[in-house]
Amino acid sequence: MGYGNLIVSSSPHIRSEETVQRIMLDVIIALLPATAASIYFFGMRALAITITSIVAAVAAEAVIQKIRNKPVTINDGSAVITGLLLALTLSPAMPLWMVAVGAVVAIGIGKQVYGGLGCNPFNPALVGRAFLIVSFPVHMTTWLSPVDGVTSATPLGMIKMEGIKTGYMELFIGNVGGSLGETSALLLILGGLYLIYRGIIDWRIPVFYLGTVAAMTMVLGHDPLFHLLAGGLMLGAFFMATDMVTTPITPVGRIVFGIGAGVLVVIIRLYGGYPEGVLFSILLMNIFTPIIDKFIRPRLYGEVKAK
Amino acid sequence: MKASYALFNGLWRENPTFRLVLGMCPTLAVTNAAANGLSMGLATAFVLVGSNMMVAALKKVIPDEVRIPAYVIIIATFVTIADLALAAFFPEMYKVLGLFIPLIVVNCIILARAEAFAAKNTVFMSALDGLGMGLGFTWALTFLGIIREIIGMGSVFGINLFGEGFVSWIIFILPPGAFLTLGLILAFFNAMLSKKKKVQCS
Repeated sequence: MGYGNLIVSSSPHIRSEETVQRIMLDVIIALLPATAASIYFFGMRALAITITSIVAAVAAEAVIQKIRNKPVTINDGSAVITGLLLALTLSPAMPLWMVAVGAVVAIGIGKQVYGGLGCNPFNPALVGRAFLIVSFPVHMTTWLSPVDGVTSATPLGMIKMEGIKTGYMELFIGNVGGSLGETSALLLILGGLYLIYRGIIDWRIPVFYLGTVAAMTMVLGHDPLFHLLAGGLMLGAFFMATDMVTTPITPVGRIVFGIGAGVLVVIIRLYGGYPEGVLFSILLMNIFTPIIDKFIRPRLYGEVKAK
Repeated sequence: MKASYALFNGLWRENPTFRLVLGMCPTLAVTNAAANGLSMGLATAFVLVGSNMMVAALKKVIPDEVRIPAYVIIIATFVTIADLALAAFFPEMYKVLGLFIPLIVVNCIILARAEAFAAKNTVFMSALDGLGMGLGFTWALTFLGIIREIIGMGSVFGINLFGEGFVSWIIFILPPGAFLTLGLILAFFNAMLSKKKKVQCS
């Protein structure tokens, strides 16, 4: 939501149609093309992983809220999105019970421990994925090729380990190895544009995030287009780095957030141990969100700059 | 004060790990396996009993102004004994625990008991308090170690539980697993206690 355009006048106020449900529904609509593509490319396994992840996330939310004697809010759709986003970051070769573990951790430790929707400092789906990649590194990095269903490396893994580059067109359409939802850059961009059009996400974060990655890889002598299209960058930039709860609220703060995350991705991809750095870049910038919000504040009406 | 109170205080009511949340450094660092937690706990218990007794015996002699340095020297003496004994008799365990044995000297439980208990009580009561606190610390560390070892390696005290097919959750034997396990156990303890007290939630 663009707080930059938010003007608060004196009452009475008009109630807008925008509710948590409506926002979450928009995010789900935006993710549908990429989800459908993952099922098309990877088959029934992708569907099974997606359903497992969503069901486990919603069930975890309901059970934990019941235990804590809080109103059960699974109807707002936020747990569905956490489950869906987590599924999209997983390998199609992932055993289903691990998917369920990740979804429960995402909701339990990523969100409900902090008090539920709106109180979590980290993106819950990414917490789930971080837990899985540290717990089960072998399973999390076994990828399938959508062409023949055999184990294969991701484009980023191939360029890091063997120096083989994947073609732009394949990366753009999504016919490459990788997580369920990160393969098709085209459909992710479409979904992202829909969210920007609906005013759900701020264009500044994806633009500055992707722009920083492109600029930095170019300066460092790598192929910027390849780094934009490969890996989970599109999914992260449009759907994870734009999470309302865990990102700064001011426009300038969001630009800082996008640039910071972009720098971290490039550092991890080019110099780090992991081939992909989107997950950790967003989680690390989530930590900085309160500090960014503390130092970058909108000027109050009538406020004069201190001398 | 009754002797049984001093002894059982540290085991449950004021358990250094789960109730006072003291000595977090060894608690988080060495509990990746049950045996490590047990050894660390016992070494700390030995130091606690020794330093508590010594502080209680010398409490009239030590001037108030320099009591903290005096306590630290007493504690350091017992830590050195534990360190050398472990290195001599259990070299394998000594390699695993390594730096964390000398670091017992800065464990806040030990200084806290010297200051809060031993400096005001008799040698006998201080020994019981040290024993209770030390064993409370020991069972807490062993409990953490057992949970982390089962999930992280599929074994308890090195004995394999699940056979070949078990997929270990590596995060539990890494530092984040220590925080997750401890946090969940603390949450459980607090939930149990708040139910007993019937704390009003808003």
